[in-house]
Amino acid sequence: MTAEPITGIVTPIRLDYTYTPGTAPSGFLRGMKEGRILGRRCPQCSKVYVPPRGSCPMCGVEFADEVEVADTGTLVTFAVVNVNFANRVIDLPYVSGEVRFDGSDTTSMVLVQGIPVDEVRMGMRVKAHWLPREEWDFTFANIDYVEPIDEPDADYDSYREFV
Amino acid sequence: MAGNLAAVLGTGQTKHVAKREDVSIAGLVREAADRALEDAGLTYADIDAVVIGKAPDMFEGVMMPELYLAEALGAIGKPLIRVHTAGSVGGSTAIVATHLVQAGVHERVLTVAFEKQSESNAMWALSIKIPFSQPLVAGAGGYFAPIIRGYIRKADAPLDTGFQVVLKDRLNALKNPYAHLHQPDISMEQIVSSPLLWDPIRYAETCPSSDGAAAMVIGSEQAADASSRPVAWIHGTAVRSEPTMGAGRDRVNPHAGRDCAKAVYAAAGITDPFREIDCAEIYVPFSWFEPMWLENLGFAEEGTGWKLVQDGVTALDGDLPINMSGGVLSSNPIGASGMLRFLEVANQVRGTAGEHQVDGARKALGHAYGGGSQFFAMWVVGKDKP
Repeated sequence: MTAEPITGIVTPIRLDYTYTPGTAPSGFLRGMKEGRILGRRCPQCSKVYVPPRGSCPMCGVEFADEVEVADTGTLVTFAVVNVNFANRVIDLPYVSGEVRFDGSDTTSMVLVQGIPVDEVRMGMRVKAHWLPREEWDFTFANIDYVEPIDEPDADYDSYREFV
Repeated sequence: MAGNLAAVLGTGQTKHVAKREDVSIAGLVREAADRALEDAGLTYADIDAVVIGKAPDMFEGVMMPELYLAEALGAIGKPLIRVHTAGSVGGSTAIVATHLVQAGVHERVLTVAFEKQSESNAMWALSIKIPFSQPLVAGAGGYFAPIIRGYIRKADAPLDTGFQVVLKDRLNALKNPYAHLHQPDISMEQIVSSPLLWDPIRYAETCPSSDGAAAMVIGSEQAADASSRPVAWIHGTAVRSEPTMGAGRDRVNPHAGRDCAKAVYAAAGITDPFREIDCAEIYVPFSWFEPMWLENLGFAEEGTGWKLVQDGVTALDGDLPINMSGGVLSSNPIGASGMLRFLEVANQVRGTAGEHQVDGARKALGHAYGGGSQFFAMWVVGKDKP
């Protein structure tokens, strides 16, 4: 008999979530299914949240009606990702961008494609590239990525507060 | 000053490493707790309650590990409380223990925090798929890199600022026998040429994945006065939080961090932190968070934190030494990382920090943050009774 210690036993864990989004996010997910980006506006501070919550995280008041925002926006900041991980395979390097869709007061993390990574810049104007309509589901993943559009870069002061 | 006086009576930590294959999680926390009690000149029988913290359970895949750790921590028949505030947890855990003493509920409380990262995959745990966002966040670096890019743009900071921070911290770590990374050959060239993982973050600018634990004994004024060992008096504590996704939220210089700093300085009677604080241990998992937090903590005006780094002010022999132990950049047992910041500054004012001791340190700040920069925990400790 040896006295070698057992230093590790691998026991895989898998978790499947059944997520209950609630009323406001349900509206957002239904919008996604139709190829629209729906947010909600806070009646107090007037900020538009995408995706929406039931109430404003800053003011604590219930949100008013849905607001549709554009699928064009400004890339306010980004990371160039050179490292992948177990459950995600995207060709490296890829750009993970924070995009403020026009009409929204929040940013969303979106994949940036259609431009060499070393040409991506803060303030770049972008547009959503949607998956083919028949693949649309109740998910933000219907927006496959954003790509640059032929517009001058946004002025820094116009998006500074979102950085 | 809230409640009765409280002090740190003893501290203990493990040697932080990538893999502790010789001990279970229970063995790891026991090692740190034993050392804290020994340092305080106490035994488990002297402890009234245990407060434990760690990062999310998914990081090791062990649900509610505190239940199974009760006996290892001598908590049988005593109150055992788990605190949970993401990466700031080590700090807020020590603060909950402090509050139990300040409230007069207990005389001596053992507080412990740990992470055994080698037992699972924290990056996987941080990269979940949810229907409202694209699954793009490659771990914590993927989340924080765009914020760091934002800081560089807003502050117009020289691009080598992050490299200077790493070089300083890794050199400091050589003076700390418990630090995970000991890189005697570390050089600017090595840092600059390390791979860009999440541009603008290079590999050398990231914290390691560590197995480790930290522990402290917090005692009442009476317990501190009765101790034959040096103690660190707790002059102030503060915890703050803010929404992760509030519109107009400043992720570079978060409001909750500024509020938390104000509150802890007010509690400690500090009006000019740069002059009154002798040294600080702050939570810097990626190099650029040093200049960012220097501003958030009120040590520098907004947009100028990088100047303190560039001018060597935060070096071990500078006017405001930061992360004398090597910091999170040199050891990152996630749940324990915040407590290590609190513990290291306690040792500084006790005069027991060893080779990385700052001469004559009398008042010091410990800082931790967590989540998407929305949880903050801080304390100010001093050599003198407040």
